[in-house]
Amino acid sequence: MNLEKEKVKHLAELARLELGEEEAAEFSRQLSEVLAYAGKVREAPVAGMEPVIHLLSLANVFREDEVEPSLPREEALANAPHREEGFFRVPRILEEN
Amino acid sequence: MNYETVIGLEVHVELKTEAKVFCGCAARFGAEPNTHVCPGCLGMPGALPVLNKRAVEYCIKAGLALNCRIAPFSRFDRKQYFYPDLPHAYQISQDDLPLCAGGGLKIVNPAGEERLVRINRIHLEEEAGRTYHSGTGTAGYSLLDFNRSGLPLIEIVTEPDLRSPEEARIFLEKLQEILRYIEVSDCKMEEGSFRCDANISVRPAGSREFGRRMEIKNLNSFKAIQAALAYEENRLGSLLAAGTPPEQEESRGWDETRGMTFFMRPKEKATDYRYFPDPDLPPLVIAEEWVEAIRAGLPELPEEKKNRYVKEYGLPVQDADLLGSFRETAEFFEATLRCYSGEPKTVANWVMGDFARLLNLEKLTPAQSKLKPEALAAMLQMIDDGQISGKIAKTVFEEMFYSGKSPREIVAEKGLAQISDENQLTAVVREILAKHPGPVADYRAGKTKALGFLVGQVMKETKGQANPGLVNKLLREELDK
Amino acid sequence: MELSTLSLKELSDALREKTVSARELTGAFLERINRFNPELNAFVTVAEEEALAAADEADRRLARGEGVTPLTGIPVAVADTICTKGIKTTCASRILENFIPPYDATAVSRLKEAGAVIIAKTNTDEFGAGTTTGYSAFGPARNPWDKDREPGGDGGAAAVAAGLVPLAVSFDSGGSLRRAAAFCGVTGLKPAYGSVSRYGLAALAPSLEQIGPLARQVDDLALLYQVLAGPDPLDATSLPAAGPGRDGAEVTGPAAGSKGLRIGLPREYFAGEQLQAAVKERVLAAAGILAEKGGEQVDLTLPSTGYALAAHILLAAAEASSSLARYDGVRYGYRSPEATDIDLLYKKTRTEGFGSEAKRRILLGTLVLSAECYNDYYLNAQKVRALVIREFKEAFTKCDLILTPVTPGAPGRAGGERSPLLQYQDEYYTAGANLAGLAGLSLPCGLVDGLPVGVQLLAPAGREGLLFWAARILEEATGRLSPPSFQE
Repeated sequence: MNLEKEKVKHLAELARLELGEEEAAEFSRQLSEVLAYAGKVREAPVAGMEPVIHLLSLANVFREDEVEPSLPREEALANAPHREEGFFRVPRILEEN
Repeated sequence: MNYETVIGLEVHVELKTEAKVFCGCAARFGAEPNTHVCPGCLGMPGALPVLNKRAVEYCIKAGLALNCRIAPFSRFDRKQYFYPDLPHAYQISQDDLPLCAGGGLKIVNPAGEERLVRINRIHLEEEAGRTYHSGTGTAGYSLLDFNRSGLPLIEIVTEPDLRSPEEARIFLEKLQEILRYIEVSDCKMEEGSFRCDANISVRPAGSREFGRRMEIKNLNSFKAIQAALAYEENRLGSLLAAGTPPEQEESRGWDETRGMTFFMRPKEKATDYRYFPDPDLPPLVIAEEWVEAIRAGLPELPEEKKNRYVKEYGLPVQDADLLGSFRETAEFFEATLRCYSGEPKTVANWVMGDFARLLNLEKLTPAQSKLKPEALAAMLQMIDDGQISGKIAKTVFEEMFYSGKSPREIVAEKGLAQISDENQLTAVVREILAKHPGPVADYRAGKTKALGFLVGQVMKETKGQANPGLVNKLLREELDK
Repeated sequence: MELSTLSLKELSDALREKTVSARELTGAFLERINRFNPELNAFVTVAEEEALAAADEADRRLARGEGVTPLTGIPVAVADTICTKGIKTTCASRILENFIPPYDATAVSRLKEAGAVIIAKTNTDEFGAGTTTGYSAFGPARNPWDKDREPGGDGGAAAVAAGLVPLAVSFDSGGSLRRAAAFCGVTGLKPAYGSVSRYGLAALAPSLEQIGPLARQVDDLALLYQVLAGPDPLDATSLPAAGPGRDGAEVTGPAAGSKGLRIGLPREYFAGEQLQAAVKERVLAAAGILAEKGGEQVDLTLPSTGYALAAHILLAAAEASSSLARYDGVRYGYRSPEATDIDLLYKKTRTEGFGSEAKRRILLGTLVLSAECYNDYYLNAQKVRALVIREFKEAFTKCDLILTPVTPGAPGRAGGERSPLLQYQDEYYTAGANLAGLAGLSLPCGLVDGLPVGVQLLAPAGREGLLFWAARILEEATGRLSPPSFQE
């Protein structure tokens, strides 16, 4: 599969990355090469195989509905790039709502 | 031309577990910001989700109460999108294998027609954090609180089976009633634990195709839901009538003060959420026995209860509706009946009357009040046995409500017992007759109405404690002498 | 006493006999770290203060003689993708350059409970995405055998080889730990999936990766593994305490001793042109040693091996794109100074915060999980995975363990310009174990042009003990390796 530069830019948009023209072109080249190789999974003799969604045969792994201590607020916020009165602060959200 | 309105709902309901759905933080509303958070619900590197068993049980419970099929195999998927209140940039949700599917709920619409509203699916997912917007324009910013992040949430999706805004409201009220009944959620719209997005379209009556669909988001009261849908029904109908049907599907908001919906954004054809199974969470294998155990724990649902009240207790339908709608009230009523051998209607009157009035006044629920069903039953028995009068009972009841004491205790303490001693009452009767020669003469002259006045005087003299039947009898005896 | 070359048992005995205190031992290793790390760049953070405090605590434990384990007072380095409470954990990424976790990974808690001293955080590729540490935001680590060579995808092996720490704990999502062990001449284990808790390991490819031990010799590796392994209620994919897959900690051979050992040699792992003749020879020689001890070589075929790498590339990218989405500058980590609105907060932060390989995997993974590619790429890759699991399962009915090369050649030049695809293909021999959740042990099997190469032993979950047992036989026969410039 050839991954066009425009497609790479679209993927970058979805993943919230900015790419320069050159960078996008380079990723396009590199990933096209990777996909040419990895794309062979489509030709693998997998008829009738169920996809492996979970590696282990575990099921129903639960925790009981019991409250455990949360982080002290100071620790929860200690790594925040910007905080205000116990909240995490972010720049304005340009959204309709 | 006649138009038909088609409405489908997506309802988000927060489950009232003790802890969050994938971590051990307390699932509590109203705490100081970011005090119920941990590496897990903050999306810190390396923290892993482990599923709260009770959240699964509550989701299954909701599914059973809404007649859904419970999936024998289910799993969690990551729904990926960026938003600052979503700490992993994915929401753990369920895509193609939800816990519950199918099902439905019957409602009676305002025209008295019964309607089956089919449920498409119910799935379990995690709640996002809360965003508070501050400032305006370029000076604007947002504050984030992750206490809510990771609360267990179920999403209930109906088929487009509702045909009017009233039906939508009735359905939601009934849904809320059931979910509260089975005690999986508080369903408080004002706290956001019961939220609804509505999809509405309008088409010419008889048409089989749907009209363009509008999604109205974040409706936060039943009133708002009905009003917003009514507005939108009207708007879409007018557009159709004018020959200018809407050009695109839209997400719309509801402006409560202006009483109108407004355009938010075009509904993206299909946002690609890049769902994929969450590798951190092993799947769910739901055995029949587990489902049956949960089913066995379900209470009698409001619909069955109300029918039984009419059939078994002979209550009027309105009484059955009132008593059956709220689980604690129904339980109080039934518990009282279990200790009382008199008429169910008598119990119903007290529960719907004085009890409801005082609860309302003090903003309490039946379970929160000090009054116990046994005490009410005992008091009713005392009335039936002639130990207190109905009038005194009102005083006794209020005292019971506030102090939690037994009626016997109150009657003894306050000396409120009914006077049924003939000698004692005869003395009072004679005294009253002597005091009021006028009414006595009137009575003897055939004006029997005067008797009522004289009874009243005796009751007054005995502070309402006299046995009214006995007073009547003694007065007649004395007057007829 | 030259502490840097002693085995864990020797160090542990010295501590117990009080020939040396934990503080002295930690001090001695800190000294070596300070002296040699600048040329190796094996560490991102050296936790000197915390390590000395932990050493003092270990000395108190040793003095009381209570709760003393073989790890008490022993310095251990931990990969920087594994969270350490109060110690900076950057994942070798600019996006987490100042992140100090308020919690320990379960592996770290287990080390601390055993009394180990967390001494430093090792360099890796950014979030472990890479095979050479060339994608570390803090510069590549160097191979102690030749500083112009790459050390494999983890600085821990280089540090252990050079005697800067006796033990290290790292992780492996496609082979980085095993390649690093092979290239630096030490032993390393990628445990079977679910054996060691992943709680606190910054996820890259959660369905593929495991935390594992690195050590200079097999006995130390086994001991360290026993401390790390075990069920964890914080990791839902951790194997329960009892049952299949949970009895592999003890070093045990097959019932009939080495006579009964069946060694599987998959053709596909020896056939390709890329496998250098000298490497092939060393690896087959290792098989020969086991056969000499009475084992039996079994010719195997694993036809899906080529597809396995393809599937691994796609799945690792898909999972990485999701795992790395949370780094957005909102709650912790780097935030771009240009973030004036929320959209820029995301874009600038992630663009400036991530390096090229992380971005490449995010882009590829976003594609693989998109609606248009999901069936073709993601689901087919998962079906290939099923095929690979089935082939390994069948293979293990014919043999007890599988023996393969770890890498096709000796370590390459550091900073060499190789295409991403070529770098992904570095994991041709190792990715299968990640896909199938097998245990894979890497140990040195000789030198090629003066540089170490390794042999890989694979076994199903629960048979790690067999791997240790066989590895010990090989170790006895071939001897251990030490990089010349770091011997004193």
